[in-house]
Amino acid sequence: MQRSPTRLFLERLFRRRLVLIAALILLVVVVLAVFAPLIAPYSPTGMRVTQRLRPPSFTNWFGTDEFGRDVLSRVIYGGRASLGIGLAVVVASMVAGTALGLFAGYFRVLDAPVMRLVDAMMSLPDILLAIFLVAVLGGSAGNVVLALAVVYTPRVTRVVRSSTLVVRELPFVEAARTLGVSTWRIMTVHILLNVASPVLVQATFIFAYAVLAEAGLSFLGVGVPPEIPTWGTMIAAGQNYADRSMWVVLFPGLAIVLAALSLQVLGDGLRDMLDPKLRKSL
Amino acid sequence: MAGPMNEAPLVEMRALTKHFGRPPMLVHAVENVSFSVNRGEVVGLVGESGSGKSTIGRLILRAIDVTSGSIVFDGTPIEAMSQRALRPLRRRMQMVFQDPYASLNPRLRVSDIIGEAIDAHGLARGAARAARIAELLNIVGLEAGHAGRFPHEFSGGQRQRIGIARALAVEPDLIIADEPVSALDVSVQAQVLNLLQDLRLRFGMAMLFISHDLDVIRLICDRIVVLYLGRIMEIGPAESVCGSPAHPYTQALLAAVPRPDPDRPRIRRMLHGEIPSPLSPPSGCVFRTRCPYALEACASAVPPLRDLGDGRVIACVRDDIEFDVPV
Repeated sequence: MQRSPTRLFLERLFRRRLVLIAALILLVVVVLAVFAPLIAPYSPTGMRVTQRLRPPSFTNWFGTDEFGRDVLSRVIYGGRASLGIGLAVVVASMVAGTALGLFAGYFRVLDAPVMRLVDAMMSLPDILLAIFLVAVLGGSAGNVVLALAVVYTPRVTRVVRSSTLVVRELPFVEAARTLGVSTWRIMTVHILLNVASPVLVQATFIFAYAVLAEAGLSFLGVGVPPEIPTWGTMIAAGQNYADRSMWVVLFPGLAIVLAALSLQVLGDGLRDMLDPKLRKSL
Repeated sequence: MAGPMNEAPLVEMRALTKHFGRPPMLVHAVENVSFSVNRGEVVGLVGESGSGKSTIGRLILRAIDVTSGSIVFDGTPIEAMSQRALRPLRRRMQMVFQDPYASLNPRLRVSDIIGEAIDAHGLARGAARAARIAELLNIVGLEAGHAGRFPHEFSGGQRQRIGIARALAVEPDLIIADEPVSALDVSVQAQVLNLLQDLRLRFGMAMLFISHDLDVIRLICDRIVVLYLGRIMEIGPAESVCGSPAHPYTQALLAAVPRPDPDRPRIRRMLHGEIPSPLSPPSGCVFRTRCPYALEACASAVPPLRDLGDGRVIACVRDDIEFDVPV
C-alpha cells in the first residue's frame, strides 16, 4: 500500500535482466569478500614451497602462486582489500564531493571558486594525479584511498553542483524557504534527497574506477604494499610468472573485470532509469 | 467582508517596484504598484501572463528582494528585513503554489511535508504534532491515514490540498494563493475553490488570490487589482469592477471571458497583438499600444491613479468612455 519511491525505483531497475545479473554478481563478490575467513579454503598467506606454481586442480581450484599460496583464497581475500579500498574511496569522495557540490550550487558566491578548483583538478589525468599523490604521501592502503578520493571528488562535486542548481529553484524549495525552514535543513533534506539519484549513479562508476585504479597503482608499485593481497598486488607479483603459469594473473584479473564490469552495468542501469527520455522505453 | 476603513491594513504595498536583470536586458516586472490587503479580506490580483502578478506575491513573501518601494506587514516594513529577522513573520504569511506537483518534495511523506511547517516554528511535538497533522488533513478534506503516503500517490487536487494544509499549519493571517487552481481540472478547480472559501470563512484569514481567470477571481474575491505589464490599471470592489469596468483594459479582459450564451452580443477581439515586452515598456500609459481609446496624450505621461469614489481607482486619463459589458 505504502510503496516508497525507493521500492518503486528498485522494482523498475531490476526489470532489466542484465542489470539484475550484474547486481547478483556483485552480491556474490561482496559476500565472498565479507565472509572471506569462512569461505576461503586456505590461508591467503600460507606458503608451501613444495607446491609452487601448481596449475588449477581439485585441491587448488585456481592453482598456486610462486610461494605455493592458494590463488583462490588470495583472490577471495584480495577482494576484501580491493573492494574495501574501492568502497572507502566511494564513501570519501561522495562525502567530500557532495558537501562541496551542495555549497557551490546553493551559495552563489562559492560557485566560481569551488568549480575552478574542480576544473583544475579534472584537467589532470586521473591515474597520473593518483600516482603523484601516493608518491608524495607514501604507499599504504590508507594513502591509496586518500589519493583516489582526491581524484574522484571533483566528479561528484560537478554532479551534485549541477543538480543542486536545478533543485534549488523548484517550488518546494521556495515553499520551505517561505515557511521559515532553516537553510541547513533545506540543504540537507530538500536538496540532498533530490540530488541523491544522480550521485548514486556516480557512486557505482567511481566504485568501478577505484577498483581498477587501485589495481593499476599496485601493479605499478605505487599502491598497496605487496605483502597485502589485493587483486592489483597479485597481478603485480605474478607478472613474472604469467608466461608459464598464467593462472596467477588470470584469476585476479578476471575478478577485477567482473567486479568493475558489474558495477558499470549497474551504474548504466541506474543512469538509464533516471533519464526520463530513456525511461519510457523500459 | 473588508474591514472598517479606519483599521490599518494587514499588508500594504507602497510604490513597489521590481526589476530583473540589468540594462540593456532590464525587465520591468513590477512598476510602482501600491495597494493593500485588509485583515480577513480576499484581494484578487488579475492580469495576463507576464503582468507581474506572481512577482508581487513572491515579493511580499520576500522570496525575492524588492528593487524599490516598501511592503508594510501589520505596521512593520519588511522589504529590507534580514531573512533571520523575517522568520517569526513567516508564520503569519503563507503561500499556496500553482504547481501541485513541483511544490511538494517528492521524497518526503505527507506527514513530513506538513510537519516541517510545524517544526519550523516549534508549534508542536510528538503526539501533539501527529494529532495536528491529522487535524490539518481533515480540515482540507483528506484522511488522517494519508499522512504516511508520498506525494506521487495523490491526484493533482489532493496534492493541492496538501499544499493548503501546509500553509494552514502555522495559522497564518495572510495566504498568498498563486494561481492555486489553474493547474487543475475544471471539476477539481471548483472543489479546491470551495475549500479555500470555507477555510477563509472558518479561520478569517486574508488572502491575496493571484489568477488570470476573472471568473475565479470574481467568485472568491472582495476586491480586485487589475495588473497590466507590472502596472496597476484598476482597483475596486469585485462586483463593480466586473459589473461595470472603468478601465479599457479591464473591459477587454471581461470581453475575452467566454460565456455559454449564444444570444449574448459579441464584442470580439477588443485586444489586438501581444502584451508588449517588459524589456521596453511603452512610454506613458503602458496599455496605450493596444487600447482602442488611446489618445496622443497617453504616450507622454503615465496616467496617475484616479479615484472614482465607490472604492474604485483607475489609471486612465479618459473619463468619457461608455462601456457596454453584458454580464
